[in-house]
Amino acid sequence: MAEFEPKIICFACNWCTSAGADLAGTSRMEYQPNGVIIRVMCSSRVDPQHVLWAFKKGADGVFIGGCHPGDCHYQDGNYKTLRRIKLLKKLLGDLGINPDRLRLEWVSAAEGKKFVNVMNEFTDYIRKLGRLELSENGGPPSGE
Amino acid sequence: MKNKKRTGVFVCHCGINIAGTVDVKKVAEELAKHEGVVLATDYVYMCSDPGQKLIIESIKEKNLDSVVVACCSPTLHESTFRKATNMAGLNPYQCEIANIREQCSWVHKEKSKATAKAIKIAKSIVEKVQRNTPLEPISVPITKRALVIGGGISGIQAALDIANGGYEVILVERSPSIGGHMIQLSETFPTLDCSQCILTPKMVEVSKHPNIKLMTYSEVQEISGFVGNFKVKIRKKPTYVDPDACTMCGECSEVCPVVVPNEFDLGLTGRKAIYIPFPQAIPASYTLDSAHCPGLVPIACGKCIDVCEPKAINYDMPPQIIEEEVGAIVVATGYDLYEKERMAEYGYGKIPDVLDGLQFERLLSASGPTKGEVLRPSDHRVPKEVVFIQCCGSRDPELHNAYCSKICCMYTAKHAMLYKHHVPDGQAYVFYIDIRSGGKGYEEFVQRATEEDGVVYLRGKVSKIFQENGKVIVWGVDTLSGKDIQIEADLVVLAMAIRPSQGARELAKVLKISIDKDGFFSEAHPKLRPVESMVSGMFLAGVAQGPKDIPETVAQASGAASKVLAMFSSDELSHDPIVAEVDEDLCCGCKICIPQCPYEARIFDEQKKVVIVNEVLCEGCGACIAACPSGAAQQRNFTDEQILSMVDIILEGER
Repeated sequence: MAEFEPKIICFACNWCTSAGADLAGTSRMEYQPNGVIIRVMCSSRVDPQHVLWAFKKGADGVFIGGCHPGDCHYQDGNYKTLRRIKLLKKLLGDLGINPDRLRLEWVSAAEGKKFVNVMNEFTDYIRKLGRLELSENGGPPSGE
Repeated sequence: MKNKKRTGVFVCHCGINIAGTVDVKKVAEELAKHEGVVLATDYVYMCSDPGQKLIIESIKEKNLDSVVVACCSPTLHESTFRKATNMAGLNPYQCEIANIREQCSWVHKEKSKATAKAIKIAKSIVEKVQRNTPLEPISVPITKRALVIGGGISGIQAALDIANGGYEVILVERSPSIGGHMIQLSETFPTLDCSQCILTPKMVEVSKHPNIKLMTYSEVQEISGFVGNFKVKIRKKPTYVDPDACTMCGECSEVCPVVVPNEFDLGLTGRKAIYIPFPQAIPASYTLDSAHCPGLVPIACGKCIDVCEPKAINYDMPPQIIEEEVGAIVVATGYDLYEKERMAEYGYGKIPDVLDGLQFERLLSASGPTKGEVLRPSDHRVPKEVVFIQCCGSRDPELHNAYCSKICCMYTAKHAMLYKHHVPDGQAYVFYIDIRSGGKGYEEFVQRATEEDGVVYLRGKVSKIFQENGKVIVWGVDTLSGKDIQIEADLVVLAMAIRPSQGARELAKVLKISIDKDGFFSEAHPKLRPVESMVSGMFLAGVAQGPKDIPETVAQASGAASKVLAMFSSDELSHDPIVAEVDEDLCCGCKICIPQCPYEARIFDEQKKVVIVNEVLCEGCGACIAACPSGAAQQRNFTDEQILSMVDIILEGER
């Protein structure tokens, strides 16, 4: 059987994290290709339901990247994200999903290197956790 | 709802930048099979004229209703391809970019994996664009006034250019006078123009210009709004002296008992607590430095107020908060020298005869502490051997800054040359890593320093500097001869690195614009948009954006000013229409979304009992959309359905 390759959805804000990912590219850094970026204008656009949807549809990990606290292009969108994600993580546990499968990080437009490190580290971490197994009706799985 | 069924996908090779790691043919083949895609093709440079023509003709021939260009980051060519789409008669918002270069081909090496990822990215954008709605930019009126932050040469130049273009400018400077670091310099390379002679006329022009409102001793405290319509709060610190009444007689300064280091001479001289920074200061008025004056609270001194005949001094002058509305902002906050405390091995700050470049400028300046005579600080003797050390804190990624401060090679050559002009029988040594003298007349200038003025250049670094018998001993190495060097110098001048000015980081937070890893303000694009910040309506000028010399600073300041003038040349701005909207049938009027909006764009309609969006104020972050419990709120072209369909296609076949 082929080695398990994690499927990771990355929500990246337009101004910081997506720009940081672009910088990783212009700097020709390399990272594991498991995460695919969905660019949103602000991390606060990410609805907790998007995250749950991704897990339901087969994501093994979900990453959300925003601007550092105080640096949000929209003043304080990242604080809203932080609050929502903290709450969502509590719910994930109740749903039987390891909350660490959801990762929120602040990656600025200058932090190409940080984006690379986070991608590699998160991918390795999810690889170690293994595939996210949900029961057929989408309810709590066994194991986690 | 998926309403587009005639999508065209255009995969760019970007030479080998994409095609080197992504099988672009395969991406096009796979995308051609995707539902609703009627054309998928590839081309070597999609942004080139023939590439754009290919898109335009395909839209017409195949009657496409949506376009995906799989290429570089949307920050580069989204506008290019949207314009092309528009030229073909299709709404520009029916074109989307799949970023398969910066976020795929440049960061992955294995071709099969990179290709698979590029296909996923392109498919996700196809899913998105097929659900896009045609949009029209939202028109917003422009406040045709500009704010320039920083009163150094870059801020002065930008302010004058905008003011001469016929628009009002508010020039805010933190210190009591404009002039910045340039006014501290003695002469400027490579022409040896006297810095004060070329700058003071510009400073006077600023103070007399009918379109410029000068606010010194002031700081920008708060900014809200958006391009074309910023609201700015400026805090004007009290100078305790009424500039209109002050006659500049100087009596107050004479009787003031407090002496503190003079910032303008970098501590080489003292000043009183009530002072003018330098004789040509603009505005021409005294300032009372409240941090050092004993008279303010409680009344312990009061000497100056007693001697002030025109009654210009007022100890009760309060700070003022001034609110202004502007349409554009130029950030020109300049630099400071790298902290001397960090260069302990060079004795800087401990040995009096070790100076930094700006202090040496003051020693050379005719208006300086020694009236232009080169005398060393410790014993006021003329130094006969002077060692200049370049790259102090620059180009040293392990300990200090990785970047090159750019101006030090040139000003060190100037320092050594001017020193020789002042002390013809003296000897100047320069320790360098290598000489960077790119610029008109610059290389010739350095050659002159070595050939005509006999400056000895030693290629190598200095390991230690210490004091012995009234001399400053410099231990270094000459890597060309491989010999250790010991010089018993009378004076050492360190070419300290330049770094973003104090407070730049805080200002970045106030303005919400990004800074790079070294703390300089980030430009929107390093090559194509070097004077714009990432935030529209905010522009960058001078060293605030990165190390540069005076001609480059002036050029960038004029560039920023021309961007402002171009913006002011139209009466309305177009605002990105990817804003929030509300389905009034679904909205239950819970008002959860209202506090989510940082722009007060959401208002509760008391008649209809639903929330409505002021689309001029909406910046399109989408925070309210994620908060809406009933799904009534959506962001145009970033709807929940679009995001979920992107998730679906990326995870296709997983569960």
